[in-house]
Amino acid sequence: MKVTQELFKGIYSSNPVFRLMLGLCPTLAVTSSVNNAIGMGGAATFVLISSNFVVSLIRKFVPSKIRIPVYITVIATFVTIVDLIMAGFFPDLHKSLGIFIPLIVVNCIILGRAEAFASKNNVFFSLIDGLGMGIGFTLALITISTFREILGNGTWLGMPVFGSSFKPALLMILNPGAFFTIGFIIAFLNWLDRKTSVSS
Amino acid sequence: MDKNFYVSPSPHIKDRDSIPKIMYSVILALVPAGVGAVYFFGIRALYVIIITVLSALVSEAICQKIMKRPVTITDGSAIVTGILLAYNLPAEVPFWLPVVGAFFGIVIGKAVFGGLGFNPMNPALIGRAFLMASWPVYMTVFNTVPKNGTLSGISAITSATPLNVFKHAREILINSSSFSTQQVTEATNAMSQFSSSYGSLFWGKVGGCLGETSAALLLLGAVFLMYKRIIGWKIPFSYIGTVALLSWIFSGNDGLFSGDALFHVLSGGLILGAFFMATDMVTSPITFKGRIFFGIGCGIITVIIRLWGGYPEGVSYSILLMNLTVPLLDKFSRPKTFGGK
Repeated sequence: MKVTQELFKGIYSSNPVFRLMLGLCPTLAVTSSVNNAIGMGGAATFVLISSNFVVSLIRKFVPSKIRIPVYITVIATFVTIVDLIMAGFFPDLHKSLGIFIPLIVVNCIILGRAEAFASKNNVFFSLIDGLGMGIGFTLALITISTFREILGNGTWLGMPVFGSSFKPALLMILNPGAFFTIGFIIAFLNWLDRKTSVSS
Repeated sequence: MDKNFYVSPSPHIKDRDSIPKIMYSVILALVPAGVGAVYFFGIRALYVIIITVLSALVSEAICQKIMKRPVTITDGSAIVTGILLAYNLPAEVPFWLPVVGAFFGIVIGKAVFGGLGFNPMNPALIGRAFLMASWPVYMTVFNTVPKNGTLSGISAITSATPLNVFKHAREILINSSSFSTQQVTEATNAMSQFSSSYGSLFWGKVGGCLGETSAALLLLGAVFLMYKRIIGWKIPFSYIGTVALLSWIFSGNDGLFSGDALFHVLSGGLILGAFFMATDMVTSPITFKGRIFFGIGCGIITVIIRLWGGYPEGVSYSILLMNLTVPLLDKFSRPKTFGGK
């Protein structure tokens, strides 16, 4: 087990959104602007690292029959912290992310990593795994929202990209735009994989 | 041993129909409506049609090149998609709009699913739905007054297409308490004058998308296609019949059974949709019962959108939605084989 390998697997080879297809619900919902994507990615990364840390600490004495409720309680604690911090310090972001902050509790990525990794590995590697997955999730959100915000709103992080003659395609910041973007990115990654596996 | 029997699986007798033959027949059938569009809306209509068709062809060629499939743009299917999309656009759209629409329709509607024969939904309608959701301003404003006609088909009202007038008048009559007496009177007048617009609607002297206005020219092409047995009677007739029945029952302002069925059949894109888009071979059911149900489903959704939905016209969405049910309709309506249970 190498540190770099555990860190980078979450970013590319098993990226939670593009490879594991986890956490698609918030991905579809919040990627209409890069600003929201960064906020959501940051919140999820914090919860992911913290919950991986705690779950890994208590993994030896949690009975396996009740492990899911215990994990959910741990995750919900950190989500509450994020929710209140965001409401206090970034009220605008909190308002635009809305219900999707509390819903991080049931985000498959976080429970998935607690169940698949943190409950079986030591504290250090669980932290690294949480960090890698969090960065991977954030990068995926930023990638998707970059396409959607530029095409659907003509801006990137709120800054206009084109001149005023550009008429943005409203559909891209509506729900179908998220499906199209994710589909094309996954198709591109699969094509890249197939190409590299054939050549090697 | 030379004179052996050839053993091969069925079918043994093959039809001479081919994709190009069918597609070029459809194109031929669509020509009268196109000529009508140029006559009614001016030379700009021709530019829109040509631009849309060329963009569809180029998009198809690019997709097939990138996906390393044989380039089959001469089979006419992309031309049909382009023409149908152009017929669904207002005459005064900016010229980049059909380019984007055709590209989206061909790429998302057809190429990503595997090309012609694998598309679950009509590519032209995908293009239209995309344009409708993305740039509603360009897609819903009709300003070009047709030659020798009015936008509404009613001489007293000159500002909106027939279905827009209907939608607005109906809204006023349903919530009559929140509108002024004068508005209610005007709405009642408009409702009662629809019967005077039959002639304009039939010949196409009303506002609307390029190819949808003239029922007469569309029916000319439809009869040709029916004679050639390229489209059947089941989908168009069950579709139009359902719309006529439901609009007769529900669309009137004196309670049930007082609606103007003929107005609803002739206005909007119903004739174009029922004969040329719902009957697309790839995206419609293959069984007898399946086609009837498909037409009825399209009719129900169209009337629901026209009477209670947010848009004045629902033909394109109804066909897209019913396209998605085709695999199920085919599965549940499969006829029993002779002797089977």
